[in-house]
Amino acid sequence: MPLAPGALLEVQDVVMHFGEVTALDGVSLSIRPGECIGLVGHNGAGKSTIVSVINGGLAPSQGRILADGQPLASYGITRARALGLRSVFQELALCPNLTIVENARIAHPELKGWRWRAEARRIIAASLDQIFPGHGIDPGAQVGTLSIAERQMVEIAMAFSNSASAPRIVILDEPTSSLDAGLAAMLLAHVRRFIAAGGAILLISHILDEILSTASRIVVMKDGKVVAERPAAEFTPASLVEAMGSSTRELQGRRQAESKGAPVLTLDLPNGQGFHAGKGEIVGLAGLGGHGQTEMLLALFDAHASSWWPARGPEVAFVAGDRRSNGIFELWSILKNTTIASLDDLTRRGLLHRPVEAARGAEWKSRIAIRTPDLDNPILSLSGGNQQKVLFARALSTRSPVVLMDDPMRGVDIGTKQEVYRIIRAEAEAGRTFVWYSTEMEEMGLCDRVYVFRDGAIVAELKGEAITEKAILAASFKGEGAAA
Amino acid sequence: MNALNRLLSRPWLWSFAAALAVWIATVAVTAGASSGGLTDAALTFAAFSVFVGIGQMFVITLGPGNVDLSVPANMTLAGTVALKLMDTQDSMILPGILVTLLVGLCIGLANYALIKALRIPPIIATLSTSFIIQSAAIWTNRGLRIKPPPVLADFATSSTFFVPNMALLALLVSVLAWVLLNHTIFGRWIAAIGQSMPAARMAGVPVDGTRLATYVLCAILAAVNGFLLSCFSGGAALNMGNEYLLMSIAVVVIGGSAVAGGDSNVPGIWGASLLMFLIVSMLNTYQFEAGYRLIMTGLIIIAVILVASGRQARPR
Repeated sequence: MPLAPGALLEVQDVVMHFGEVTALDGVSLSIRPGECIGLVGHNGAGKSTIVSVINGGLAPSQGRILADGQPLASYGITRARALGLRSVFQELALCPNLTIVENARIAHPELKGWRWRAEARRIIAASLDQIFPGHGIDPGAQVGTLSIAERQMVEIAMAFSNSASAPRIVILDEPTSSLDAGLAAMLLAHVRRFIAAGGAILLISHILDEILSTASRIVVMKDGKVVAERPAAEFTPASLVEAMGSSTRELQGRRQAESKGAPVLTLDLPNGQGFHAGKGEIVGLAGLGGHGQTEMLLALFDAHASSWWPARGPEVAFVAGDRRSNGIFELWSILKNTTIASLDDLTRRGLLHRPVEAARGAEWKSRIAIRTPDLDNPILSLSGGNQQKVLFARALSTRSPVVLMDDPMRGVDIGTKQEVYRIIRAEAEAGRTFVWYSTEMEEMGLCDRVYVFRDGAIVAELKGEAITEKAILAASFKGEGAAA
Repeated sequence: MNALNRLLSRPWLWSFAAALAVWIATVAVTAGASSGGLTDAALTFAAFSVFVGIGQMFVITLGPGNVDLSVPANMTLAGTVALKLMDTQDSMILPGILVTLLVGLCIGLANYALIKALRIPPIIATLSTSFIIQSAAIWTNRGLRIKPPPVLADFATSSTFFVPNMALLALLVSVLAWVLLNHTIFGRWIAAIGQSMPAARMAGVPVDGTRLATYVLCAILAAVNGFLLSCFSGGAALNMGNEYLLMSIAVVVIGGSAVAGGDSNVPGIWGASLLMFLIVSMLNTYQFEAGYRLIMTGLIIIAVILVASGRQARPR
C-alpha cells in the first residue's frame, strides 16, 4: 500500500486479536495535516480499538505504524504524545479530587519548576477561552465540583492546550455527548479552525450531522474492517447509515408470533415511551451500547425480585453479560453455579437434596451442551462460552415466567449462539417472556418486537418485518436525514 | 491413596493436627499426669470459643469487610441482663434464656440496621453498637456480681459421660451450623454472597434478608455464649467478653475458612479453638514468661495458617 503523501501518522494493515476475537482485521488509516477524519460504525465495529492502537494504548498483533513517513520500531503512549497526539475520551478521565490546574500537570508532564501552577493556569485558561468563549470555569476549581459538561469542556481544552509541545493530532471520542448544542457548535468551530491551521482531528460521533458537517473525510468501520472511505461531501445521511449496515446480510428466520393477552411486564420510563412485554414474547432492546438498556433491565429486575424475602417461584431471572463481575461464583463447581437460582426446587424436608441437584445439573448439561467431563469441576475450568451457557442454564432452569438478558452473547462463539437461540425460541413458544438487550444486529432479528434506545430513553419501537438493521441504526443515530 | 488425598485437602485438618501436637507436647512434660484434667479444661474452654467462632464464621463468609466486633459487649450485656433477671432463682431459668435470645436478636437487628440504612461499613457499625452495648451493660450491672441459679451453675461446670456439658452443647450447635452451611439454601446463599454480592443478587438471592439473618445469628450465638460463660464462671463480669473478640476471628482464620469469604467450614472452628487453649496451657507448663508466651502464640498461629494455606485449592 503506497504511503499517503504527507501523513502525520499512518497505521497499515493492523490486525488485533483479543483471544479468539478479532477486533481489527487489516485496518489501514492515514491521518494527514489539515483534515478532520470522521470515524463511524456500530458497536463492536472496532472504532475504540483502532483509536487505542493509534494513541499507543494497545500494541497491534500485526501491522505497521508510520510517523511522518517513517516506520516506527516501537510505539507507545509516550511516543504518541511526543508526536503531538492528544486524546479526549468518552469516559471522562480527569481526577475528580484534584483541581483543573493539578489535572493539567498530570496531562502535561512538561509543566515543571517553581511556577508550574501559574503556567498551567495560563495554558488552560487560554485554551478554554479560545474554544469556549464565556465558559465561566475557574481553573482553580476542583474537578469534582464541575458539571459533566464542564468536565468535558476542561478535558477538551486540555487536549488542545499548548504547553511545551503543540498538539498536532487530536482524537475526539464522542466529544459532544455531554455538551449542549451551543457548546457543541463552539467545539466544532474550533475543530475547523484547528485543521485550517494545519492540525489533524479524528472525530468519533454517533451524531451523523456533526460528522457530515465537520469531517473532511469519513471512514466507516464494520466488523473490524474499513468498509467505506470517501470525502464527506460524497455521503448523505442515508448513504452513511447504509454503509454502516450491510445490505447483503438478511436477517434470517423470523418467528411469527403475536403477543398474547395482557402484558406480563411493564415499566414506565422517565422520558420517552414506556416499556411492556407480553407472555411468550421476545422483546429486544437495541441501540448503541450504554444508552440505558442495562439500566432498564436492572430496574425491571429490582421491581420484581425482593432483596429481603426469598421468593418461592421467582418472577424474573437474569442472564448477565458481564459474567466476571455479576455472573459466576468463582469458588464454586459448575453444578453449584447452575443451581443457585432454583434451589427451592431441589429440597426435601427443608434440606438440599444432592441427588436431585445432580440430576437437574445433568439435565441441563445435556440440554445446553455444557462441555465438561464432570459438573463437579470448578466453574473456572470452563471456557468463556461454556461459562455463559451455565448462566443461561441457571436462568432457564428456574420457574420464572420472565427472563432478562443483558447482552449475554459477548465473547460467545457462533456454535453456542445457535444452540442458545434454539432454546430461547423453544422456551418462548412454551410461554416464557424474554427481554433481550444485545448489541448484535442478528439477535434483534430473532425478536418479535424491538425497542431502540438513545440517551436513556426509548426512541423507537419496531415490530416484525420492520425490525431491520437499517431501521435500528437509523433510530440509534441522531440526525434528521438518518431518521427518514 | 485417594481417600488420603481427600483428607489432606481438608482445610480444617491442620488446626486439628496442631492441636493434637500441642496436647502431646504438654502431656509429655507432666508424664501423663495431667492428661485428663487438661482435656477436660480444653474441651470446656474451646466450647466458649466455638460458640462465638461459629457466629463470626457465618458473618465472615458474607465476604470482604464483613465482621462483627460487637461480640464481647454482646456477651457481657446478655450475661448481665439474664443473671439479673434470674436473680439466682431456678424457676426463672426459662425467662433468662428467652431474654438472652432477645438481647442477641436486638443487637443483630441493630447492627444490620446501621450497616444497611446508614451505609456504614460493618466493621465501624458493629464497633459503634459495641460501645453502646457495653455502656448498657455497665448501667445494668452497676458493679454487682450476681450469681447464676444453682441448677445452671451446676450444669455448666459438670460433665455427662466424661464430656463437659459445655462441650456437648457446643457440639450440638456445631452440627446444626454444619447442616445449615452445607445442606440448606441459606448456607448456599451465604457462600454465594461471599463470592460476589452482585452475582448473588442477579441470581435471585435475597441478599439483604440473608445478610440480616446472618448478623442476627452471630449476635444470638454471642449472647448465648455470654449467658453460658457467666453461668460457668459464677457470675457476669464487665470484662468477661474481652478476649473473645480476637478469639472469634482467630478461630475462623486458623480453622481454614477463607478470610475473603465464600468458603467456610465448621470442623476447623473446633480444631482452632482447642489449639488456642492448648497453646497457652503448653507454654504455661513450659513456664515461659508472659512476653515470650504471646510471641510463641503468634508464631504458632502463623505456622498453622501457612501450612494450611499451602494446600491444594479444591472446589466445594
